[in-house]
Amino acid sequence: MSTLQVAAGGHALPAPAPAAPAGRSLWSDALLRLKHNRPAVLSAIVLGLIVLAAIVVPWISPFNYYTPQWTLLDQPPAWHGGHIFGTDDLGRDMLVRVMWGCRISLLIGMVASVVSVLIGVLWGATAGYVGGHVDSLMMRIVDILYSVPFIPFVIVLVVMFGRDLFLIFVAIGAVSWLDIARIVRGQTLSLRNKEFIEAARASGVKGPSIVVRHLVPNLLGIVVIYATLTVPSVILFEAFLSFLGLGVQAPMTSLGVLVSDGASELQSYPYLLFIPAIFLALIVYCLNYLGDGLRDVLDPKDR
Amino acid sequence: MLRYTIARFAGAVPTLLIIITLAFLLLHAAPGGPFDSQKQLPPAIKANVERMYHLDEPLYEQYFRYLGNILRGDFGPSYQYRDTTVNEIIRQGFPIDALIGGAALLGALLIGLPIGIFAALRRNTAWDHIPMGLSMIGISVPVFVVAPILILVFAVNLRWLPAGGWARSFPLHLILPAAALAAPYIAYVARLMRGSMVEVLNSPFILMARAKGVPERLVILRHAMKPALMPLVSFLGPAFAGVITGSIVIETIFGLPGIGRAFVDGALNRDYTLVLGVTILYGVLIVACNLLADLSYSLLDPRVRY
Repeated sequence: MSTLQVAAGGHALPAPAPAAPAGRSLWSDALLRLKHNRPAVLSAIVLGLIVLAAIVVPWISPFNYYTPQWTLLDQPPAWHGGHIFGTDDLGRDMLVRVMWGCRISLLIGMVASVVSVLIGVLWGATAGYVGGHVDSLMMRIVDILYSVPFIPFVIVLVVMFGRDLFLIFVAIGAVSWLDIARIVRGQTLSLRNKEFIEAARASGVKGPSIVVRHLVPNLLGIVVIYATLTVPSVILFEAFLSFLGLGVQAPMTSLGVLVSDGASELQSYPYLLFIPAIFLALIVYCLNYLGDGLRDVLDPKDR
Repeated sequence: MLRYTIARFAGAVPTLLIIITLAFLLLHAAPGGPFDSQKQLPPAIKANVERMYHLDEPLYEQYFRYLGNILRGDFGPSYQYRDTTVNEIIRQGFPIDALIGGAALLGALLIGLPIGIFAALRRNTAWDHIPMGLSMIGISVPVFVVAPILILVFAVNLRWLPAGGWARSFPLHLILPAAALAAPYIAYVARLMRGSMVEVLNSPFILMARAKGVPERLVILRHAMKPALMPLVSFLGPAFAGVITGSIVIETIFGLPGIGRAFVDGALNRDYTLVLGVTILYGVLIVACNLLADLSYSLLDPRVRY
């Protein structure tokens, strides 16, 4: 692997100074190694393009996602006429709708992931750092929550308390912090007896700021990996809710809504399923690959 | 070992109690009662109906009554389907879920395991990259995209298999739902197996076996296989619970009369007892699967001793 790296990217490696070799930080080192992971780089590029298109296309397109055009129902994709992805059963432009779907799905994915990462990191780091009874109590709670059948719980929540976007964020975010909490706790346990933590404690830093200032930054690598892997699972979960009719409300749309609408008309208008399904799969696929790539470069175990 | 087993069983009790309490409180905190949505009942009749279902009692009395009933294995009457108990709904629906879930998991193992082992043996070649790339597609494409495509190809165009519905004596109805449900699990199994096989093949005792001159086939089958299968044991417990709860979508698409669909209908119609009963059943299932996975793990792995 190392010979490959030198061969492939001689220009990228900084020439070491003869006297004092310039130390590379964890992050610049990781970035360098990520650049050599071709699937991860490709995934990042594709994701960037999708995000860019999702932001720009609805903005510059002459069509919007909600106005029906009764003379243009179910038009198949075509270059001329302006509807390159065709139109849906209400004559709305599919390109704009798919891009709005990407916006909403990515937004839900990111917001819910941020929620779950915040809860998970603080919970896990506190449990690991404080230790003892607090640790076993906190981890016991995580164990119990692991046994809660989450799909039914979220369905009940959404049905009983109305379907607004905020509730979906919170419900999904609250579901997916458990893995992160466990992993962060494990990492914290191995970090808490390191010298630099002891030094901080000896110089009088209080517990909470040790967690936030000294532990969390050292956990960032692993957190980045799991945050990247949480986004696709959240996007899939939102799609699942939307498929059951419990997700985003019409006329607003998400990739899950588009896919489930398309699935019902698969036989007559296959493009209504395939176009959003390809975008959904592409986003999830790229995020998973990127997460795997990040794991390879950031996880200290796999050096 | 016995002590560990007893301790684990005892530990599962509070977990279940908390799940039941959470579900109970959540449903009772929800705005709107089960008999509100239908046409306006005269107050006297409504009071009678509520008395019949004990809804007029204070919350804690309802809670302890419910808890007592569950201990006797009685989930109570369904609010939505008159003259039907939740037990009957579960008894009719659950075998379908278990059958499809079991078939999906079995299929996932039969297909995923060889792919994972093969990829691990041909590590970092096209034989590794292509199946692993494909498996990522299996994880990325949701079930409700796979299922309609399967229906279109195998039921509508080729006419090999029924598109949906259920007939008790007819295993053909099982194939498409199980296949759709299995797709992501094939991918999980293959990736998990590849990962653990690679790790095992790098360990010293494999080097030792090779150094002794054990034929490569036997190194794989006799030495590497068993430890590499270990992570799969702890995967299978949650996975079984996952296919059971995950079949909610499958049942909707294929029109199967399983409990998943009954659950979603029940939630939409505020059939509290049904929703509560199925949620608790799912909870019991998850706890039991995790417990079973942990116990079998400690039985199989000689390094884990209690």
